[in-house]
Amino acid sequence: MSNNSKKSARDIWVFGDYRNYFQNRVTLQLLARAVDLAPKIDARVCAVVFGNDVDEYIREYIAHGAQKVYVVDHPSLDNYPIETFVKLMEILVDKYSPEIVLIGATSFGREFAPRLAKRLRTGLSADCINLEIDDDGLMVQTAPSFGGNLLAKIVTPETRPQMATVRPGTFQEIPHDDNKKGEVIKTDLPDSLPVERVKVISSVRSQERSQKIEDARVVVCGGRGMGSKKKFKKLFELASILNGEVGATRPVVYSNWVDHDALVGQAGKHVKPQVLFSFGISGAIQHTAAINDAEFIVSVNKNPNAMMMKLADVAIVADANQVCAALIKELKKRIRN
Amino acid sequence: MLNLVTCIKQVPMVSELPWDSKRGTLKREMADGMMNPACKHALEAALLLKNKFSGHITAITMGPPMAEEVLHEAIAMGADRGILLCDPHMAGADTLATSYTLARLIEKECADFDLVLCGCNTTDSETAQVAPQLTEELDVPGVMYVDQFELSDKSLRMQRTVDGFLETLEMELPGLISVSTQQYSPRYASFSGLQEAFNESDIKIYGIKDIGVDPELTGKKGSPTKILDVYSPMANKDNIVLSGSPRNVVEELFKKFDDKIGSAIGKDLKEYE
Repeated sequence: MSNNSKKSARDIWVFGDYRNYFQNRVTLQLLARAVDLAPKIDARVCAVVFGNDVDEYIREYIAHGAQKVYVVDHPSLDNYPIETFVKLMEILVDKYSPEIVLIGATSFGREFAPRLAKRLRTGLSADCINLEIDDDGLMVQTAPSFGGNLLAKIVTPETRPQMATVRPGTFQEIPHDDNKKGEVIKTDLPDSLPVERVKVISSVRSQERSQKIEDARVVVCGGRGMGSKKKFKKLFELASILNGEVGATRPVVYSNWVDHDALVGQAGKHVKPQVLFSFGISGAIQHTAAINDAEFIVSVNKNPNAMMMKLADVAIVADANQVCAALIKELKKRIRN
Repeated sequence: MLNLVTCIKQVPMVSELPWDSKRGTLKREMADGMMNPACKHALEAALLLKNKFSGHITAITMGPPMAEEVLHEAIAMGADRGILLCDPHMAGADTLATSYTLARLIEKECADFDLVLCGCNTTDSETAQVAPQLTEELDVPGVMYVDQFELSDKSLRMQRTVDGFLETLEMELPGLISVSTQQYSPRYASFSGLQEAFNESDIKIYGIKDIGVDPELTGKKGSPTKILDVYSPMANKDNIVLSGSPRNVVEELFKKFDDKIGSAIGKDLKEYE
């Protein structure tokens, strides 16, 4: 496992994932974290961006903390061709030997990062909820793991680069600063690139919901404790009175009580509302990892020892359906026009 | 005749697990195993292909001896045979070592495969990394998070929704896909099918020698990531506990936090006489 051990290089790279920019700001969030971590290992913060006509992203990444931007800009890179992107990244990593490579856990990132790690024969942790540097200068990656009720701290001690994907919304971006300067290193498209074996027949922006649950100020989440699909529907009434959105746990989504879209969890949406109402949710880490940015949590559960009750600011020990109904009634009474 | 491979995994049935509230940990020893839900969708997709075009499905898994159960289940659902990779040398494998090991098995036992189908993630570690890394190992085209697909001749046309885009993609087989949980809701294995699958079925158990993997590249040795610590994120907040009738607790909630909730929705929730 030592063919890639290069301890001298000290750069933190952030992969520039701009496909769903502006909605998806994970690249900027990762740059912010890289700026925090870099002094601890005496590293520079670099962004890498591939695509067609990417000048605006180069400027954006510099304004958000990148000291260096590696760029491959070519018309053939228009449609996020994954095999080409993996190859280009492999070439650049081999050439410049970064210490750390961070990639946003978008759908693309979650496909791209493992393939790259495989080529580089290095370690990769998935969907991290924290990154730190330890006393040995290793990046400690905190990832939800093991049956979903535990967190694991993971390191890649030998091989380089150390790689992690990070869930969007985990870190706060640094405000845009146009006065920041950065070096831009452009690389030509290499002669020998793989022929893309997956053809993109079409790629169209899918319909977005009017308010996204990620941005909602109030989120009403329900779990299996709601009892049935029919009873679960009551949460939509509550959410609509609160001008909020409905989220659900994995068992609820798997039981088809709601669309997969509503999944709040590790494999779904990450929410950060001012107020989160949680009904009948026990609180597996896949779920709790995705709600821990909520400012104020009201949890309703018959079981006072449920994880979700311990995380709550207000834990209501009662039947979820009955409290939901009582809340609807009380809110209707209190909300005057 | 299609030669299909599905990679499945046995995962602990976490939702049924109680917490050890004293130690703040999961009672893992009480875990029942089950077939990872997303793997079932992948198997279902393979079964539909088999029904339509006629084919042969090999279900493979890696894990402890107990993981053989999910192969029986896969056969009861309609897979033709199962292979369990089980060897102490494979223990502690991260995704890099796992994909290396699975690839060697596929090359040895299903060398002329048309399509490998994986679930899009597992409920235990949820890395979703094995399928894309297996694509690399097998050096075939691969597409992840496929919602729906259609096969004509050797060309696979796929649809998926990723990062706000609806994509239609195409690749020539052989290839690999990971199947999302949007479609292909799995069928139930009939009781008689299960019984039969547990009595006599084509299941082989292989160790590293049988498939010729390098012991340095599998298991813990072949895994570049190391786990430093595993812990329960018990964040015991100083919280307020309310109990009583639903009406009373809701009243109490508003009495204490009407401004908090009101400010989130931009409305005045104070009760005036």
